[in-house]
Amino acid sequence: MLKLRAPENIVLPGAGVPPRVFRLSTDPDRPAPLRKSEGYIYRSGSLPPGFAWYLLMGEPAESASPAEGAWGLRLPSAFDYLGDGDVVRVGREKGDIQALFQRSARHHTFLLTERCNHYCLMCSQPPRDVQDGWIVDDVMSAIPLIDRATPEILFTGGEPTLLNDKLVGLAKQAKSYLPETGLHILTNGRAFQDRGYTERFAELEHHDLMFGIPIYSDQPERHDYIVQADGAFDETVRGVLNLKRHGLRVEIRVVVHKQSFERLPQLARFIARNLTFVDQVVFMGLEMTGFTKANLDSLWIDPLDYQPQLREAVHFLSDSRIHVAIYNHQLCITDRSLWDYAKQSISDWKNEYMPECVGCVVKANCGGFFSSAKLKYSSHIHPIGQNSSGAPV
Amino acid sequence: MSKFQTLAHYRSGIDNYKLLPLRFSELDDTRFLLSNFVGEFHILEKGVARDFMRHQLQPSSAHYAELRSKHFLIDGDSSVAIDLLALKTKTRFERLSYFTGLHLFVVSLRCEHSCPYCQVSRQNDDKTDFDMSPETAERSLDLVFQSPSPQIKIEFQGGEPLLNFKLIRQIVESAKKRNELARRDLEFVIATNLAVLSDEVLEFCRIHDIHISTSLDGPADLHNKNRPRPGGDSYERAVAGIERVRKALGRDRVSAVMTTTNASLERARDVVDEYVERGFGNVFLRPLSPYGFAVKTKWYNSYDTEKWLRFYFEGLDYIIELNKRGVQFKETYASLILTKMLTPFQPGYVDLVSPAGIGTGALLYNYDGAIFASDESRMLAEMGDTAFKLGSVTDSYEALISSDVLLDALEQSFAASAPMCSSCAYEPYCGADPVYHHATQGNFVGRKPLSGFCNRNMAIFKGLLTRMEADPETRRIFTRWANR
Repeated sequence: MLKLRAPENIVLPGAGVPPRVFRLSTDPDRPAPLRKSEGYIYRSGSLPPGFAWYLLMGEPAESASPAEGAWGLRLPSAFDYLGDGDVVRVGREKGDIQALFQRSARHHTFLLTERCNHYCLMCSQPPRDVQDGWIVDDVMSAIPLIDRATPEILFTGGEPTLLNDKLVGLAKQAKSYLPETGLHILTNGRAFQDRGYTERFAELEHHDLMFGIPIYSDQPERHDYIVQADGAFDETVRGVLNLKRHGLRVEIRVVVHKQSFERLPQLARFIARNLTFVDQVVFMGLEMTGFTKANLDSLWIDPLDYQPQLREAVHFLSDSRIHVAIYNHQLCITDRSLWDYAKQSISDWKNEYMPECVGCVVKANCGGFFSSAKLKYSSHIHPIGQNSSGAPV
Repeated sequence: MSKFQTLAHYRSGIDNYKLLPLRFSELDDTRFLLSNFVGEFHILEKGVARDFMRHQLQPSSAHYAELRSKHFLIDGDSSVAIDLLALKTKTRFERLSYFTGLHLFVVSLRCEHSCPYCQVSRQNDDKTDFDMSPETAERSLDLVFQSPSPQIKIEFQGGEPLLNFKLIRQIVESAKKRNELARRDLEFVIATNLAVLSDEVLEFCRIHDIHISTSLDGPADLHNKNRPRPGGDSYERAVAGIERVRKALGRDRVSAVMTTTNASLERARDVVDEYVERGFGNVFLRPLSPYGFAVKTKWYNSYDTEKWLRFYFEGLDYIIELNKRGVQFKETYASLILTKMLTPFQPGYVDLVSPAGIGTGALLYNYDGAIFASDESRMLAEMGDTAFKLGSVTDSYEALISSDVLLDALEQSFAASAPMCSSCAYEPYCGADPVYHHATQGNFVGRKPLSGFCNRNMAIFKGLLTRMEADPETRRIFTRWANR
């Protein structure tokens, strides 16, 4: 979720209470019934009347005047990315604006809370103990405004299950208003050790719901250490069992770093033997942001150096007929036998390439880097060339 | 950073581990195999195993982590192992809750082959007294559909079942009609030598999605020596039949099994090559069983367990070598055992399960209306031992399935409580085969040191374990076999 705030003041203080969360349009001929609840992105030309909000990227002519009672906000050029079908939230008092949904993006993420009961060594979104219950209300309002052709939305945190009932409500909202959209919830899964809570998600009968849950080691204390929460391993495993007992889909997510790489083969074996029914296992590269920066020495290992363990784990899971994928890895330092499993997964606004990548022939298929990788990345990055028949060498 | 705790902080509960239920047996002179009742295993040097069982293993040792991960020990740090063991136990015995899935119909005991190793004691093909009657077939189907199993496989056996194709047609059509209401996952298999395969049969199989299982003992000279028939062309007919089935029904609709005779013993590679050349993805290297003509003609006694094992491992090692050279090919028996070793699942192969698969996994409807607890049970009965005859098609399903004949055999042979099996670390990979032991030793359990079943399987278990422990590439090949 983007959290860019505009310092500008509201330039058109309208009447009454405007919608706090609304969808944007760039269409000056937008049918009148729809304008009443939408915002218009003004860049040039005339100002079509009847919208609830006007987001001004340019200066309208003196004569152009919106409908009476409308609200207006001046946007700096940093908001140029906003487009038709996006959904924003605007604070009426301060005029701060936040994009909740960007239709043209490949990934649609909703941070539901900053609170968390883990304190992971490599957290990219360090938790804050704040009262942020208002976020849920905004997302509840945003979901019905989202383009129903959106393939998938993702709920993350913080730990979304700390919202308890409200998370069930959000999932229900997603099912009701986005009947063709997948819902992915990133959670530590501990809350699902409660069968009653798990059952409530099963009862929703959501058409395409997947829980992404981290397990970092087959050794309980190592998992607990990585997530900095005693007893987390047991609760998470019980949560996974309950979710699968109720027929809900589960993806196991493993971030690979210095504290987790050594026992990846054993973790794979543990999953295949005990959690055989999980729907997917994903191995992910480290993101150089949040707590990772503080714990860099105890987390950083050049990805090239953990390829043997990664290879064994991926092959074992694949041989055991469990779906497996690799996210956030660069092809040039990934074992060739793993290329088929490596996916382009980094959110588009985080995805970048390095100067070493110039001339690489597989760049189009490469996961690339998080923008945060500038801090530290493999010293073995190199462009992949091609042979005379065009195959990568 | 002080706001993060160290790894040691999360290790606080690790002292004083407890052992979870486990068994250990010698793997070789220096090592023990440890296994638990859900089939996870760990190989330890004898000294380390002793330390472990005396609660002297250091938490920092690599074995400690492995043993905990595989649920051989539990410590104060985590208790979820118990939940996982419970779940795995349930998974392993799940098939028991489905009850009988395999239903064998001996539609005729007649056969035009005259194999000296015939284990079913076939009859000459002019004696129609040995055909099942239409009434017996219908009454058998009444019983089949009383089984609660969601999956029903009806396998036509003989003799040569195609000699009574008219009855196969009746049974398939009747079963499908019954299934319109019963809604089971219904499958058919015809076990045939393919010598009398007609286009009419093929078309029927195509319409009803019937699988063909046949015999192929190896190259032409070996096969024809093992399986004589008028004209001496068993091999040619089998091979031509296999291609006709593939062409008409699809390449995966035909499978084959081989039987080892004295003449096969030196020819393991030839047998495997024959299967590879014929385009099969697997071979089932099977010894002779102590039933029927195989005993009468003394073919069964023509080689001992040791000789057969030499044959088996020569074949197995050759297959492993083929896999390393990029050929996807597996040995079926090894694959069944590897599934038990490397996955939480238990294949329902009747000979290798405990409680035994007789009755609970399979029922056999004989041509004369008698009902037996398995295919081997009726083979034994043809030799005069009717210990596994449950009754006849005129009996009720309840009476058959709760008969003392069946329950006594199941209870007495249960491996986890049988002498020597109960303390054997290989038991999770083995089975209770009361029919074999009744045939060879006259009771359901048998004395294991004298049991060919025990000796053969123990050698295979150890052979598979040592091969995968010694070579990561073999381990990867085995993992694929286990999961296919």
